[in-house]
Amino acid sequence: MKPFRIIGRSIRDAFKSVFRNFSLSMASILCATITLLVVSISLLIAVNINEATQSLENELSIVVYLEKSATEEDINYLKSTISKINDVEEVTYKSKDEWKLEMSEYNSSFGTIFENYETNPLLDSFIITVTDVTSLDKIAKEIREMDKVESASYGEEAVTTIVSAFDIVEKTTFVVVIALIFVTAFLITNTIKLTIYSRRNEIEIMRLVGASNIAIKLPFVFEGFIIGVLGSLIPIIVTIYGYIIAYEKLNGHIITELISLISPYNFVFYVSLIIAGLGAVIGMFGSLRAVRKYLKI
Amino acid sequence: MKFIELKNVNKTYSTGVTALADLSVEISKGEFVFVIGHTASGKSTFIKMLYREEKPTKGSVIVGGVNVAKLRNGRVYKLRRKIGVVFQDFKLLPKLTVYENVAFALECLGMKASEIRPKVLKAIEIVGLKEKVRSFPHQLSGGEQQRVCIARAIVNEPKLLICDEPTGNLDPETSKEIMKVIESINKDLKTTVIMATHDKEIVNRMKKRVLLIEHGVLTGDYLKGSYKSHEAI
Repeated sequence: MKPFRIIGRSIRDAFKSVFRNFSLSMASILCATITLLVVSISLLIAVNINEATQSLENELSIVVYLEKSATEEDINYLKSTISKINDVEEVTYKSKDEWKLEMSEYNSSFGTIFENYETNPLLDSFIITVTDVTSLDKIAKEIREMDKVESASYGEEAVTTIVSAFDIVEKTTFVVVIALIFVTAFLITNTIKLTIYSRRNEIEIMRLVGASNIAIKLPFVFEGFIIGVLGSLIPIIVTIYGYIIAYEKLNGHIITELISLISPYNFVFYVSLIIAGLGAVIGMFGSLRAVRKYLKI
Repeated sequence: MKFIELKNVNKTYSTGVTALADLSVEISKGEFVFVIGHTASGKSTFIKMLYREEKPTKGSVIVGGVNVAKLRNGRVYKLRRKIGVVFQDFKLLPKLTVYENVAFALECLGMKASEIRPKVLKAIEIVGLKEKVRSFPHQLSGGEQQRVCIARAIVNEPKLLICDEPTGNLDPETSKEIMKVIESINKDLKTTVIMATHDKEIVNRMKKRVLLIEHGVLTGDYLKGSYKSHEAI
């Protein structure tokens, strides 16, 4: 029963001292609020950027044009060979007639041009999507070597630039978010240290009357938890309402229709959960670290 | 009966300062011992070693059969439950009442509220503060605050009461009263008392055993000693 009494007392004391040392607790809570807000916003942006680059990357594909002499048998053979190449996700056949129809629909002047030809001047093709955009070049080269293949292209330089740019953007946002989390941990830990510094007498008395280390640490750990969770409340509200409103105002996409935002439901709740978790964990570890300093262990 | 035994204790701080050199002494159960010496003579280090706030660099410190020098950090709290400590600066929690300050000591040990209450009231009665149970430290005089500190130190019925200059901040009259309280604890509860002090008058009047520490060396051990006998030598 004794451990339960100690835990119960710790929780009670944690709540008491949050309100008893209200101005100092408030400083810690505000610090957590501001830093977690920044983390939350950057997390929303980072995940969206990641999602957008991923979906743009998925749009990238290799277009393979076949020689005019390719027979149906060649086409089937090529399709199955290409499918077997590593990193190839899907091979879609698109006949020259389909191209013709699509182009005519896109612009009527194409239709007029096509009328000048007796036969369809276009070529049959495959559209190949890949699982890993960095292997676009390798796959295109391999396909070019194949029989009955006129050309295989994926936009080469432009695409290479885009892919490497996306890579940099993804890595940068990741680094920024991680750095922000560290800064947050550092700032929250330090403000909590200040609140605990003002109570080192309390810790000293606890030590001298023979409270075990765990019994000394627990109330502070719970206090850190309370501060962290209270500090994450405003960021969570801002995350949920802010994102939903932004999503509706922007009609779900940003700059162009190509870049769509992640739909808010569930996404905002996941982010909120991360923010609350971060607040709680940083609060707990922050006070644990601060107390350890005065425990002399 | 030996209760405390220090054997060839040396303490050198990481700064290179030697606080205690080859100190050996024995103290029996129920004794009342003064530890005197100038500032920085090593008497504080001696006192702190008894409740394992400091560890000796060499030698052994045995308190109640336990070699404190070899005690693991995680077990120190068990030793401290048997020891009460009274400080010069009281170290009371300002936002707790007298009752809560004394009860705090038992609460952090995980004791039941129903067990805490009678113990706390008894300790407060021993130090004569029954009427001030609900007062806050800032509403008390220095002497009364020191009584609260003593009540907190004895509430868990320790076998050893360590007092680190308990009268250092008090006027002579109040000091006398505090000493009466400490003496009665020593007599009535049979608690061993070790007290570091600068107060010549108290030492001379009480005629108890006196340990004199100079430059980290135990230079005198007088039964019924006083500052005078030390000056004579």
